[in-house]
Amino acid sequence: MPMAHHLYGNALVLAPSGRLDHDNCEAFREELAPHLERSAKDGAPIVLDLSGLEYVSSAGLRCFMLAAKQAKAQNSRVVIASMQPVVAEIFQIARFNLVFEAYPRVRDALAALSPGAAAAFDKG
Amino acid sequence: MRVRFWGTRGSIPVALTSSDIRDKVALALLRADGRRFASVGEAHQFAEEHLDFALSHTFGGHSACVELETGGDEYFVCDMGSGARPFGAHVLARQSGRPATVNVFMSHVHWDHIMGFPFFGPAYVPGTRIRIHGCHDVMEQAFRLQQAPPCFPVEFAQLSADIEFVKLAPGRMHEVSGVQVTPAPQMHSGDSYGYRFELQGKSVVYTTDSEHKLENRSQTERFVRFFHGADLVVFDAMYSLADAISVKADWGHSSNIIGVELCQMAQVKHLALFHHEPAYDDAAIEGVLKETRRFEELTRGARTLQVSAAYDGLEIDV
Repeated sequence: MPMAHHLYGNALVLAPSGRLDHDNCEAFREELAPHLERSAKDGAPIVLDLSGLEYVSSAGLRCFMLAAKQAKAQNSRVVIASMQPVVAEIFQIARFNLVFEAYPRVRDALAALSPGAAAAFDKG
Repeated sequence: MRVRFWGTRGSIPVALTSSDIRDKVALALLRADGRRFASVGEAHQFAEEHLDFALSHTFGGHSACVELETGGDEYFVCDMGSGARPFGAHVLARQSGRPATVNVFMSHVHWDHIMGFPFFGPAYVPGTRIRIHGCHDVMEQAFRLQQAPPCFPVEFAQLSADIEFVKLAPGRMHEVSGVQVTPAPQMHSGDSYGYRFELQGKSVVYTTDSEHKLENRSQTERFVRFFHGADLVVFDAMYSLADAISVKADWGHSSNIIGVELCQMAQVKHLALFHHEPAYDDAAIEGVLKETRRFEELTRGARTLQVSAAYDGLEIDV
């Protein structure tokens, strides 16, 4: 799965796109792994920018859950931002809205994580 | 086949409370908004047409018991939860004194699935034949144990019916009085088994107390084959997906989301959400049903999957 990434201050923004389902969830986890390892070393939070994600299945939701668990165990955070309406609805039906920090926009997420990250985002 | 639900609640029976009834009546009166009804029939019609199911009905509170009416003389039923008591009354009324033959299929022998048997009226009628089918070695032990002193006043050995325990091999098709029955192993504490029933080109899958691990692809494929093309799948949808894969992982139950995904992959026609969370009230279960239908709509491919939430008293013809 193609996943753009960008560093704002100490926060990493990852942007998976397309569909995340049974067929590609393992590839997504492999793609995510080095970023989570880096996060374990420096505690840098991760924002998953889901603006390009069109659909997520239960298998994809599980990947998000595992990433959040791993981040929490290593004193970091994974938060969600910019969900498309369909993905936001699936999150709500699966009750992931109760266990995930989700923000309307990437900047909102960065501001919640660190003022420096939000400032870096504003500079572009 | 006609599938009749006598008990649909998970883990433990629940009952509506007096405040539940008071609130339903109060809300119904508000919705009626001063209307006058000339008869009970008119009031019923108003309730059916203008009130939410959760307000005008209840999903019920008996634990698992699901009958399959095959059109033959013998009875087929999955699990002996507390719904077995009204099911037994139905059998006695229909038999009008004639002894019945009842084929029981046990998912497993946890208490909520056997607790109705001591109150199953036909078990006290001489001449009745009860064949309890299942894949567990401990089936007979469990049924005898719950009626042993000091738990119950009537011991199993005192029951008048002719009761036989029939061990089935999982993964193999068995012919039971003209119905083809295939049990399949499921993930649950102490193991559980789902059943696929096939008769005259129609198929019903009863799969409760079954956890599905998303990371286990071969298990997913096995269940897709087990469900494939079924006219109805009765599915354990006790938890939300978030709970099922986090705080309640390894508790042995599944979610509405997994139910829809498996049924879509297996090209099932109708999914009945089952084994409702006992902490949910009627409005919560109706909410889950609406959300599940919406999820099916969002994820629909070429086929539409019909989605229902089972309730005590529901009948589905396949």
